[in-house]
Amino acid sequence: MSTHGGTAARARLAIDRWHFQHGPIDLIIGLDADPALSEGLIEAMWTRFERILPELVMDLPQLRRPAHERPRLQSPSGLAMLRACKPFADQRFITPMAAVAGAVADELLAPLRRERIRRCFINNGGDIALLLAPGADYRVGVWPQVGLDGAFTVTADMPVRGIATSGWRGRSFSLGIADSVTVLAADAAGADAAATLIANAVNCEHAAIVRAPADTLKDDTDLGSRLVTVDVPPLPPATVAQALARGRREAEYWQRRGLVHAAALFLQGRTEVLRPPGAESPFETLIPARAVPPLRATVPA
Amino acid sequence: MASNEQATGHMRGALNKVRCDACPVLCQISAGRTGACDRWGNVDGVLTRIDPLVLTQHSTTSDNSVAGGELPLGGESRTFLTGVGSGTTYPDYKPAPFIVSTRHEGVDMVTVVTEGIFSYCSFKVKIDTDRYLGPEQANVRHGGEIVGHVTTAEYGSQMLSIGGVHHLTGGSKKEGRATCDLMAALGNKQAVELAIDGGAHVVVQSGRPPIVDGVPEARMRVGCGSATIGIFAQQWFGLVDEVVVVDDHITGVLSEHQAGKQLGVRPSGIEMRGRRSTPGRYFKVANPGVGWGGTDIADPLTIVEGFDPEVAWPGMRLLMVSTTGEHFAYYVLDAQLRPQPADLTLPLRAAVERIAENCEPALSTVLFVGGAGGSLRAGVTNSPVRLTQAIKAALVNVTCGGAPAYVWPGGGITVMVDVARMPDRSFGTVPTPAIVAPLEFTLKLADYAALGGHLDSVVPLEDVLARKALRAARSDSANPWPVAAGALLG
Repeated sequence: MSTHGGTAARARLAIDRWHFQHGPIDLIIGLDADPALSEGLIEAMWTRFERILPELVMDLPQLRRPAHERPRLQSPSGLAMLRACKPFADQRFITPMAAVAGAVADELLAPLRRERIRRCFINNGGDIALLLAPGADYRVGVWPQVGLDGAFTVTADMPVRGIATSGWRGRSFSLGIADSVTVLAADAAGADAAATLIANAVNCEHAAIVRAPADTLKDDTDLGSRLVTVDVPPLPPATVAQALARGRREAEYWQRRGLVHAAALFLQGRTEVLRPPGAESPFETLIPARAVPPLRATVPA
Repeated sequence: MASNEQATGHMRGALNKVRCDACPVLCQISAGRTGACDRWGNVDGVLTRIDPLVLTQHSTTSDNSVAGGELPLGGESRTFLTGVGSGTTYPDYKPAPFIVSTRHEGVDMVTVVTEGIFSYCSFKVKIDTDRYLGPEQANVRHGGEIVGHVTTAEYGSQMLSIGGVHHLTGGSKKEGRATCDLMAALGNKQAVELAIDGGAHVVVQSGRPPIVDGVPEARMRVGCGSATIGIFAQQWFGLVDEVVVVDDHITGVLSEHQAGKQLGVRPSGIEMRGRRSTPGRYFKVANPGVGWGGTDIADPLTIVEGFDPEVAWPGMRLLMVSTTGEHFAYYVLDAQLRPQPADLTLPLRAAVERIAENCEPALSTVLFVGGAGGSLRAGVTNSPVRLTQAIKAALVNVTCGGAPAYVWPGGGITVMVDVARMPDRSFGTVPTPAIVAPLEFTLKLADYAALGGHLDSVVPLEDVLARKALRAARSDSANPWPVAAGALLG
């Protein structure tokens, strides 16, 4: 335990679930492995976890610079964030911070890929890295605050090891108005970056939408004075449809470049689903929303 | 009693920013904003924790298999709003953050939910071990800073007193920070490392075995060596001729011990190392250590000098065992009266296992002690002393995070609660430095009105459930439903 700069905390939630927290990082870890193996793996993961935030903090000023300006980075997570954002950086404004949650999840999961494990997920506030042994799968639920509920299954044969959700109601700011955009991609960092951009693209001009410069809402934001969404009142159906269509075009654009496997976009009770090319929609159920607290993607036990 | 002083954070000149040092990000937070984590924010220039509120779900069934995390939230009567994440009453005359009403058996009940900021608070840590941790009154350190002291030992346990106002605010700034962080970690059921001046290095964690100088303690001994003889002499009688219970404190010898004498055990002629106390009881047979019975020995025969040839006899059966049954050995004397290792007979093996099964698991247990007799009461009622009086009159049930809190007799509202029964992450800190802990007062609505409660601020539980960021935690299964339980008064 360090006495300077606060402490990382962990708790075991169930026989196969743990909670790690350090400053802004909140992880739920599910590990489906031999219990004797799990203990050691969780210890190793914890040791690595405690170092991640201090390392990222060293890189923080550089990580807030746009990815196309080639920020100079040292930390493994920071470099992974930049790698994930670079394919998007020539055409869109994006800073490596767009992939921070996913990159941390990926990095902690990576060493486990060498082990004999049936399944593992690391859920970093809705951005999820997955490990699946051949034949294994995860059922994942998506609960946007408003709109529709989704559930889907990720199987080992799908090219999906990352799931991320972005929207204006989430922890990070969005330039768009989507309640949420969930992206399935090859890894969590890539899914995180793509979800951020697609959620930014779900947008339209409407006088009732409240926006404010990011730097008037939060100190040290990577978005500077860009307008971010503060409130989205109920919008006319045509406006909702237009915003979703823009988001869909953005998602298709990145899907053609191989950066997105599938996506689900939610806005005010309407949804757009982007299927993987030549395959069924992985989003098997879309049911009306219940009155639930604002959770993002969760992995059922 | 309670110091309700609020953190001022580190103010940054005209910008009115607060530097948060809750984590390595070290955010500079402007007024009205939150830091990177959204857990801490600058509220009117004050660094304030703004975690989601925690509810405990009191299961009406016995199914407690699902621990923590992600329970469905609902307005049913068994949901209890805890003070965790509720925020404080600062400045104190404000009504407590949540004053919620619930119905219990047709009676309107009110729970006043708040988080207290405690300078007068400490943790009492009971460490189930007979190992020597250090002299009474010795300083206990963490990261080199003094954070507490060794206090009076209790049965089978060493006791530490950790934290308290003198370390939090009475010493150097560094000592205060170290103490505060350590206290929050202890309260939040994390493992903490403590070094005792002139003694051991221990790792303690609520509800987990203590680790003393790197060795985890598995069992609490059944008693000292002499007590073990007293407990089991009758069960051994006839199965074996002599029993030595190896213990760093008092090693017992059956044939010399009063228990053996009364059963008519024949003298064995065994000659022990160490200093003989009363018959059958020996001090200092070896040095303290992590071997047999808290000694440093691996071979039990090293504490036996020999056998008196006038008294001992060939074929004599000798059992040597530790106070936890963890270590045991069985010997039969040969013609030269030399002990030769032999296999335990089945009945004797059962007798050894009986020792082990009578040992309880060794644990560290952590009680939080805090004084809420001060200005925090103004958030509950406009006449603070009436709250204290109502508590003493058993009209108010006091809980911390839904866990029952024992109310110390005498003045003020000094409560004591087992942190193991509180939700995870119940404790926070403010840079004062001081500890933030949840506190709930539950009483009948009519009694609340009578003691000058903030009736205008009472809201139904359902309204709180609908509007706040919430975190559900399953209540410890041993906790009574706080709305129905009576106060635990001293």
